Amino acid sequence: MNRAGPRRPGPVVIAGALAGFLLLLAPAVVVATVSFSSGEFLAFPPPGLSLRWYVTLLGNAEILSALATSAILASTVAMLSLLLGLPASYAIARLDFPGRGTIATLLAAPLLLPTLVLGLALLLALQPLKLVATWPGLVLAHCTVAVPFAVRIMTTAIGSVPAELEAAARTLGASPLRAALRVTVPLAAPGVLAAAALTFLVSFDETVISLFLVGPRLTTLPVELFRYAENRTDPMLAALSMMLIVIALTIVLLVERAAGLTRTLSKE
Amino acid sequence: MIGWLLCLPSFLVIGLGFLWPAAILLRMSLNRTDDIGAMQPDLTIATYARLLDDDMMPGLAGDTILLAAGCAAMAVTLAFPVALAIRAAPPRWRGPLALAAVAPLLVSGTARVIGWIAILGDSGMVNGALTLVGLPPQRLINNWTGVRIGLVESLMPYAVLVLIAGLGRLDARLEEAAATLGAGRLRTFLRVTLPLSAPALAAAFALTVVLGASAFVTPRLMGGGRVFVVATEIYDLALQTVDWPAAAALAVMLLLALGAAFALRGLLPRGRA
Repeated sequence: MNRAGPRRPGPVVIAGALAGFLLLLAPAVVVATVSFSSGEFLAFPPPGLSLRWYVTLLGNAEILSALATSAILASTVAMLSLLLGLPASYAIARLDFPGRGTIATLLAAPLLLPTLVLGLALLLALQPLKLVATWPGLVLAHCTVAVPFAVRIMTTAIGSVPAELEAAARTLGASPLRAALRVTVPLAAPGVLAAAALTFLVSFDETVISLFLVGPRLTTLPVELFRYAENRTDPMLAALSMMLIVIALTIVLLVERAAGLTRTLSKE
Repeated sequence: MIGWLLCLPSFLVIGLGFLWPAAILLRMSLNRTDDIGAMQPDLTIATYARLLDDDMMPGLAGDTILLAAGCAAMAVTLAFPVALAIRAAPPRWRGPLALAAVAPLLVSGTARVIGWIAILGDSGMVNGALTLVGLPPQRLINNWTGVRIGLVESLMPYAVLVLIAGLGRLDARLEEAAATLGAGRLRTFLRVTLPLSAPALAAAFALTVVLGASAFVTPRLMGGGRVFVVATEIYDLALQTVDWPAAAALAVMLLLALGAAFALRGLLPRGRA
């Protein structure tokens, strides 16, 4: 057959795909460029290049404190999501018990709710308990959206480890707990790592729920960025955005190196 | 039994962070707000009635639905060639290309809006190019145009994800067979690829409509306070007016509408892909 195979897309599809990729990637590329602008406004192309907005950014105490809050919050949320989610993931992937399907559905339910509605609901629930703008309030709110992700990814990861390996360990005298912790969980480690990275990102980038739950004394980086963008538009916004993007990309690339995030995600 | 015990820690988080707040939200929507704007504990549908009676509501709901449906249709249309190209790419390229297409999901929504301001703003890229060729600058931001562009872009990665999953089940040999039997590229696409992709396209549209109807960051920031949709209204009622019963009731109505949209989708005939 000397004609092009049908699986090779035609020029129209390729042109459409290029346009699509351009649209998807343009904002991030432009933000990266403008963050090095020497001008006063969010203008593209920038009048000149400089690091002045990064210097301004690093001299802003409020933003640095929000960065610290976000980093600590996201690490806490990632750790808690793994600790709390791993037993459930194991149970859903490996054990057969009545109500397993219901539990699995319930543990994914918060992702069905728009974050705006979830944020409002959390505000109404936490306000009477004086938990708004506190660490426990923010950790609970972020865990509510992080745990479903963690459980979903780790359930897939554990499910893809052959059950025979654990059975073999049991035959050789390992207790059920030992067999699970020494055989299945280490083999599912790439999935667990991916879950850690993703839950960190979910928390680190979370904007809408946080908007309802932060206060003047405790605020996160995405909320600072949002509030700043509501009022002013100068290239510091781009520098601040770059900070978020670079941190997110670093984590994704590290995990991609270590475990193959694309593989882990495409298995879903 | 052991299964339940293992699920308990996760369930506690979901119970405290989702089930209980959802119940509080529903309960709050049944309270009412008195004439001086103070919340009164009650068990009434007065707040719902007040919102439904409001002259602003039909416009607000209509704008939200039009925005969500239009942007979802556009996002799916633009995501389709992207997904087709990823599917047809050499296996070694598929992962990186898919990652590039969904990369925006890993970038904060606000950060992407900043990018759009630099592209569409008064001193942005598009207006710079227009001025250069002697055309009058356009207002592309702080209005509906800006919100639409930003929303389409923010919905596209979700559409790509759903389409990649859906197209993965599409048997490439059917397209090969069509070509072998003499169908040209266009004919193969229209008669084989498109009909077989219809369920995936419908699923992508359903998901992006729901996400678009509840989107907040893009309408708020790209609209510059001049674009009002249900999501921005809920936010204002909750945090600016501090009319919690109204915010809760509007949120419940939004959820009911989204639920109804999903139920309608269940009624649609599904393809045999």
